[in-house]
Amino acid sequence: MPDRAAIRDEAHRIRRVFEAQGAEPFEAEILQPADTLLDLYGEDIRARAYVTADPLRGEQMLRPDFTVSVVQAHMESGRTEARYAYSGLIFRQQDEHPERPTEYFQTGLEIFGGDPAEADAEVFATIAAELSDLPVRAVTGDIGVLIAAVEGLETTAIRKAALRRHLWRPERFKALLARYAAPAGLDGLRGGLLARVKAGADVLAEAGPEIGLRSGGEVLARLERLAADAEEPPIPAEQVALVDRILRLRGAAWAMAAPLREMSGVIPSLSAAAARMEARLAALESRGIDLDALEFEGSFGRTSLEYYDGFVFGFLVDGQRPDNWPPLASGGRYDAMTRVLGNGRAAPAVGGVIRPEQVLKLREAQC
Amino acid sequence: MLKLGVPSKGRLMEQTFDWFADRGIHLARTGSDREYAGSVTGVDGVELVLLSAGEIPRELAAGRIHLGVTGSDLVREKLARWQDRVESLSLMGFGHADLILAVPKFWLDVETLSDLDAAAAAFRAEHGHRLRIATKYHRMVRDYLRQHGVADYQLVDSQGATEGTVKNGTAEAIADITSTGETLRANHLKILGEAPIHASQANLFRSLSAAWGTAEQASLGQITDRLAAA
Repeated sequence: MPDRAAIRDEAHRIRRVFEAQGAEPFEAEILQPADTLLDLYGEDIRARAYVTADPLRGEQMLRPDFTVSVVQAHMESGRTEARYAYSGLIFRQQDEHPERPTEYFQTGLEIFGGDPAEADAEVFATIAAELSDLPVRAVTGDIGVLIAAVEGLETTAIRKAALRRHLWRPERFKALLARYAAPAGLDGLRGGLLARVKAGADVLAEAGPEIGLRSGGEVLARLERLAADAEEPPIPAEQVALVDRILRLRGAAWAMAAPLREMSGVIPSLSAAAARMEARLAALESRGIDLDALEFEGSFGRTSLEYYDGFVFGFLVDGQRPDNWPPLASGGRYDAMTRVLGNGRAAPAVGGVIRPEQVLKLREAQC
Repeated sequence: MLKLGVPSKGRLMEQTFDWFADRGIHLARTGSDREYAGSVTGVDGVELVLLSAGEIPRELAAGRIHLGVTGSDLVREKLARWQDRVESLSLMGFGHADLILAVPKFWLDVETLSDLDAAAAAFRAEHGHRLRIATKYHRMVRDYLRQHGVADYQLVDSQGATEGTVKNGTAEAIADITSTGETLRANHLKILGEAPIHASQANLFRSLSAAWGTAEQASLGQITDRLAAA
């Protein structure tokens, strides 16, 4: 087990490598206002981040990552293109995994702006170069493919928005997709109620007093949406089958654009996703990445409390499954988060982190 | 000495005493009414520790008591990874209470967790903040909602009169313990879903971290023999 000073030195050494390639050093406060993180991640973040209270500033959290701080600082700066490097401790509660460390070093690189394919390739290649002496393999994925598939479904904007909202919650996503694939009709337990709503009956009259902030108007509006939705034709079965096929895609990354091109016959928006993938692969190859050794998994990066919406990657020790913890390094594209934190502005953004402690451990095991 | 922690007052204490008495183990408070001291007869080497029911999970986890009587809800709420820290020796058949989610009765569009999730998304878009759920059972409710893929909510702490929070405008929904549902109905709330988040009752728990020496193991053997005979 490497000692803490050695881990810290390695974390800073890697950061200086990133800086030497043009990244600005970035520092984040350890105590972060809880509301930003809660707003972004929801209540689930409380199970992952340490929460503490300040009598004047209110609820604070010990930083669970650097990315949120980097994005906030960048969006406030008003700049378009920039790249940042950081290294330091992050803090994570491990209620369910007592064997995992609750504080550990991360060294990261984040690139804002520029050509997305080039930026994806640069982050990946920079991290890969730091791990080149180790027995690791890289797994990649692309949440953008799934998003493109959802956008291309023959269905209403409301249904697409609901599916997009649950992209990172596989069970809920699956249940929603199954519901939207079922035949239309005002049957089932709720059919009677929705039929009365549709006929314009005052269903709320005998429903009980309106209490709380959510108004009767909001209840009625949702009932009307449900009634309208119940009559929507189902999403075509062949499209649903394709979404399933995308999630089960596995193989060499270079071989994935072709099936997407083929699938674009059924979901046309996939051809743009395939083009983005091809541009990224070309950029990776021109940076010397061996595409034959690069794996792709259609569902990689789809876990809750994540925010990736495009290219995703993880570096694993040989023999380690993608869902095994911890990855040596991981990262991805998160354009959507810049919009959430950007007060109306957005920027293309991609980044990744290395865990120096894992790197040193593996290097020691090599000797 | 095997330390047995039981609730120090009220109906829960009386029911605990009765339950053990039915199994030939007699617990009693000693000294004055106000003194928290007790005696155990019927088994050897057992010391009675009178505690607030809410503190019993913590004392079990710390290994300061060997056995303890408390609600399964309190153990799940207060102990992360409770299965690694305590073991239930027996369900005791009293102290029944369900942890449930409830929403205003007039929310005709919300019957399931899937509805709650969709309503929360619309609520957030309309009001600019997450749908608030008042509760004191933060861990259980959060775990439950995560398992069921509900998003766009936030928990607000409520240590009492939780059923009133919706009317008072401090929450849109609640998660609380109920036995009959009467208070919910009186406050114009309805229970969501078919099964409760957790159906709680009093359990006799064994600490997995207490020092189990020969004497304590012998006393435990006597107690479990009595439980098996009942």
